[in-house]
Amino acid sequence: MLKVDDAVVRYGAITALHGVSFEVNEGEIVTLLGANGAGKSTTLRMLSGLHAPTEGRITFNGEDITRVKAHSFSKLGISHVPEGRRIFPQMTVEENLEMGAFGRRGSYSDDIDRMYGIFPILKERRKQLGGNLSGGEQQMLAIGRALMARPTLLLLDEPSMGLAPMIVDTIFRIIGEIRDSGTTVLVVEQNAAQALRLADRGYVMENGVIAFSDEAENLLHDPRVRAVYLGESID
Amino acid sequence: MASIFGFFVTHFGILRKEFWPLLVGGLSNGFIYAMVAIGYTMVYGVLRLINFAHSEIFMSGGFASFFLMRALIGSSAPGGVASVLLVIGGVLGGGLAGAFMAMVLERVAYRPLRRRHAPALAYLISAIGASYFMFNLAGKEFGRYNTSMAQPFVNHTIFTLFGAPVQMLSMIIALVGTVMLITLDRVVGSTKLGRSVRAVAQDAETASLMGVNIDRTIVIVFVLGGFMGGAAGFLYGLGFGINYTMGFTPALKAFTAAVLGGIGNLRGAAIGGLLLGVVESFSIAFVNGAYLDVVVFGLLIAVLLFRPTGILGERLGRSA
Repeated sequence: MLKVDDAVVRYGAITALHGVSFEVNEGEIVTLLGANGAGKSTTLRMLSGLHAPTEGRITFNGEDITRVKAHSFSKLGISHVPEGRRIFPQMTVEENLEMGAFGRRGSYSDDIDRMYGIFPILKERRKQLGGNLSGGEQQMLAIGRALMARPTLLLLDEPSMGLAPMIVDTIFRIIGEIRDSGTTVLVVEQNAAQALRLADRGYVMENGVIAFSDEAENLLHDPRVRAVYLGESID
Repeated sequence: MASIFGFFVTHFGILRKEFWPLLVGGLSNGFIYAMVAIGYTMVYGVLRLINFAHSEIFMSGGFASFFLMRALIGSSAPGGVASVLLVIGGVLGGGLAGAFMAMVLERVAYRPLRRRHAPALAYLISAIGASYFMFNLAGKEFGRYNTSMAQPFVNHTIFTLFGAPVQMLSMIIALVGTVMLITLDRVVGSTKLGRSVRAVAQDAETASLMGVNIDRTIVIVFVLGGFMGGAAGFLYGLGFGINYTMGFTPALKAFTAAVLGGIGNLRGAAIGGLLLGVVESFSIAFVNGAYLDVVVFGLLIAVLLFRPTGILGERLGRSA
């Protein structure tokens, strides 16, 4: 479905990605793991057109999308839930959801009802400003907003960041349900254990390259992953 | 103490007699400030920059409508119905000229800087340069003197409000101003286009993830603000005439009004504009007219000391 070949991303003189290659198949949940600064967020931002790669190629359903602009990605069927949620603070919950359907034509009121079905708390808060929601509610709103575009591929950047463990469980359960309803998911996470329990496959990034990859089950028991991301020492 | 008391007795005497005329005159100017202030506040909302060339958009609207009026009216005195049409024509002519100039300004003076991620200071210099270029070009082409505009309505008193004579012109300004400000508020508050403008103002990058074209939205903002500013140039020209430097003082006051109301906030700009017009007008009752601008800018400093984000600006620039 999504294929990245040797992508290089530079910020001025700094090279953030030194030739990254990976792929995501339809119906999968794939996770990108790695320490801070490994290039996970940059990879996701590249997949939304926020940072065009200077070298390499990105294809989506066989179409070359390497040079597509950020505002055209939602039309391709790729939705991005950004790091830190990035809710529009001075818009109501409902207006935030409506923004998610911005690139679409026609009526989207059914989709809003569908989001209220998935996230009942958002229905209660529909007239409140996004900036006044709790972190967990904002994360739900950010996911709902991204789903409003009816994506075939959902990109999630650190969905568990700053949330209480109970809320994180809820969010991850919902991510699983999103995949079960037919949307492919690529998720970047610091919380490696939780991400690997949910995902089918994982890629581990180090210093702007993919260091290794495997089935999620295997990575969960891989001593390299356990040492670095799960806080265990290698004996 | 006694002298302060005496001051107020004398001056409140003037105020009691002149309250309504001062209010009408102040509101009339206030609507013009409000319309111009909208342009500053909207551009600030999406770009976090003060478009100091906005004064020349105001001036462009003044000149465009001046030529339009001269062509349409000449020296004849049009009747009532014709006058209504002429006012609508003037607003559209001034507004479209303002919108067009704003669009050109964005493309020529700002977009190239945005592409190169220029520092904020570069925008300021570019704005000042564009402003000097535009008003000097107007001075060169149209003459460096004041010209009065052909009047659609014969400017007479149409009724009295509590004894204050209300001029036709004040009514036109108040009516046009009210309609345009309310329309803009509706457009930004509850249309898809308005939602895209607010989204870019609150978080441009995330807006682009939703499918909003940031460049296009910025042009829309310049066009909306330019239309309001150009139409205000027409209304101002009806009362005070046309001049290549006509934009300078009213636009500076409108900028003040935008900051007073809370820069980035649309309703704040409207309230700030009206408030500024009224305060300016009433200050004549208390101090020599020569101190008018001292009072106005003193007020700005005073408000900012106590409320640095302006009247409605709770979160700075977050609610265009």
